[in-house]
Amino acid sequence: MIRFFLGKLLYLVPTFLGVTIVAFGFVRVLPGDPVLLMAGERGISPERYDQLMQQLGYDQPVWWQYLEFLGRLFRGDLGESLVTKSPVLSEFLTLFPATVELALCAIVLATLIGIPAGVLAAVKRGSWFDQISMGTALIGYSMPIFWWGLLLIILFSGVLGWTPVSGRISLLFFFPEVTGFMLIDSLLSGQDGAFGSAVAHLILPTIVLATIPLAVIARQTRSAMLEVLGEDYVRTARAKGLPWRRVVGVHALRNAMIPVVTTIGLQIGVLMAGAILTETIFSWPGIGKWMVDSIFRRDYPAVQGGLLMVAAIVMAVNLIVDLLYGLINPRIRHV
Amino acid sequence: MTATPDLASKPPAGTRRQMLAELWFYFSQNRGAVIGLWVTLALVVVALAAPLIAPHAPSMQYRDAFLVPPFWQEGGSTRFLLGTDAIGRDILSRLIYGSRYSLFIGAVVVTIALVGGIVIGLVAGFFGGWVDAVIMRVMDVILAFPSLLLALVLVAVLGPGLMNAMIAIALVLQPHFARLTRAAVMAEKNREYVVAAQVAGAGRLRLMFRTILPNCLAPLIVQGTLSFSNAILDAAALGFLGMGAQPPTPEWGTMLAEAREFILRAWWVVTFPGLAILITVLAINLMGDGLRDALDPKLKRS
Repeated sequence: MIRFFLGKLLYLVPTFLGVTIVAFGFVRVLPGDPVLLMAGERGISPERYDQLMQQLGYDQPVWWQYLEFLGRLFRGDLGESLVTKSPVLSEFLTLFPATVELALCAIVLATLIGIPAGVLAAVKRGSWFDQISMGTALIGYSMPIFWWGLLLIILFSGVLGWTPVSGRISLLFFFPEVTGFMLIDSLLSGQDGAFGSAVAHLILPTIVLATIPLAVIARQTRSAMLEVLGEDYVRTARAKGLPWRRVVGVHALRNAMIPVVTTIGLQIGVLMAGAILTETIFSWPGIGKWMVDSIFRRDYPAVQGGLLMVAAIVMAVNLIVDLLYGLINPRIRHV
Repeated sequence: MTATPDLASKPPAGTRRQMLAELWFYFSQNRGAVIGLWVTLALVVVALAAPLIAPHAPSMQYRDAFLVPPFWQEGGSTRFLLGTDAIGRDILSRLIYGSRYSLFIGAVVVTIALVGGIVIGLVAGFFGGWVDAVIMRVMDVILAFPSLLLALVLVAVLGPGLMNAMIAIALVLQPHFARLTRAAVMAEKNREYVVAAQVAGAGRLRLMFRTILPNCLAPLIVQGTLSFSNAILDAAALGFLGMGAQPPTPEWGTMLAEAREFILRAWWVVTFPGLAILITVLAINLMGDGLRDALDPKLKRS
């Protein structure tokens, strides 16, 4: 198992180096001079220009700049944001809990509905439940989620007035950040109604973000179940006289879950990296919105650092999923 | 030498026709897939005949008709069936012209991604060794980024616009084709018919494109259909974020972006462009599902 893990980890090293090259190269291939860009509209004197050039290392050869970039990276230095002048890494870490909170809520919702729906659809193949749930899943899978979010805002915030339109919590509440997770912090604060407000702000973004994973999970659970239900060991279990419920719930479900768990894991990786569209629509102060804002503000160090962190998170989550896959499915460990 | 290889590489016309007939048979069993096919064909007709069908020019601004509701609502008129937007343009006409952009985007993106992915995957799978290792690591790097984020950053580098958005989306979709082709090639390349062609003196290019590729097409066709709908969704998302097609282009995502500030005042400005995207993508996905089932021999046994 340790060899399996080390092998996977080693395999990621060239990929991560590739990611650093992309993030490093991104700023270099942009049109325009980086120092002039940084100086902004006001312009800059020639002496100051040379000084900045030297200070930032742009007078060095490109490969040397890249090595220095890597060196800083290993010391945890992702540079400073051009807009806020604070370190990119700390900015990222401040916003990260908001993204994690939303991503976890969405994936829990998607799993809790998707797996039972998929199992039931497979067991009752061809029934009206199968047809309706799979039709709905295909609609969810085809949904332009930025539009879906707007529709829900029109209905629930505009017409019914049930939920707030944007942000994480009402401005009426103010309390210190302990964990960064609004659901927990609002409970810890002990203020009346704070938790309710946090929940109300979470509902719509969670539904929107969960839509596509939910559809994917339901569809995949159904097809995995159908495949497993056709296997010989299921027929054997049935022939032994085991009740249908037990055959489906134990024999079939456990084996069908193997590919589904992988899918869920991969979805977590993508959602953790920031839900660009959902966060933008609901002004959710997370990584996705921050990246979009940084791109529009031409805050290149932030975009560069963000790209690196996002890719690192996706790769780390995928590695964990790979390991879990090895644990629940011993067959692939030795390949 | 002249007669035999011809027989081996070109099956008689009857077989291919029979294969297509069989494919159509399984495809037409699936009601959803057939509906998807009809809707897609209807969209193609609408896109081609847009200037004939559209009641108004897509960028014509009627000063007397800002934010007119659809005809069935109070204040609406049959002059603008689906109403007008904030600067008095007919929404139905813009939607009709928009279908041109969406289908064009899907076709271009899938073509670029498919051709690129097939060539890359063929080379990787056929040559193996370090060529394969390097190519697949580059694909891994692309896949390590969430696709919409990478496309967004690429467009920021290339400059906002429809063409650059299509290039960026094709680039992030392409590794899926490369991986599929590579896997299929590796499974096929040691089969007897390939060895036979090799022994008969077929060159590398012929082996790759004429002998192996036709036998790897099934998964690529399915992936191509699904990528078509993904391309439409991603392009609309980029348009929505202001990085895709630029106003006043009647691209559906861009229309949504322009409509955003009116969501609580004029529901129709927001609802219809999104509905158009949903219907198009749904139709293509229905077709893709049908194709996958028809091409997958495992499901045919019943």
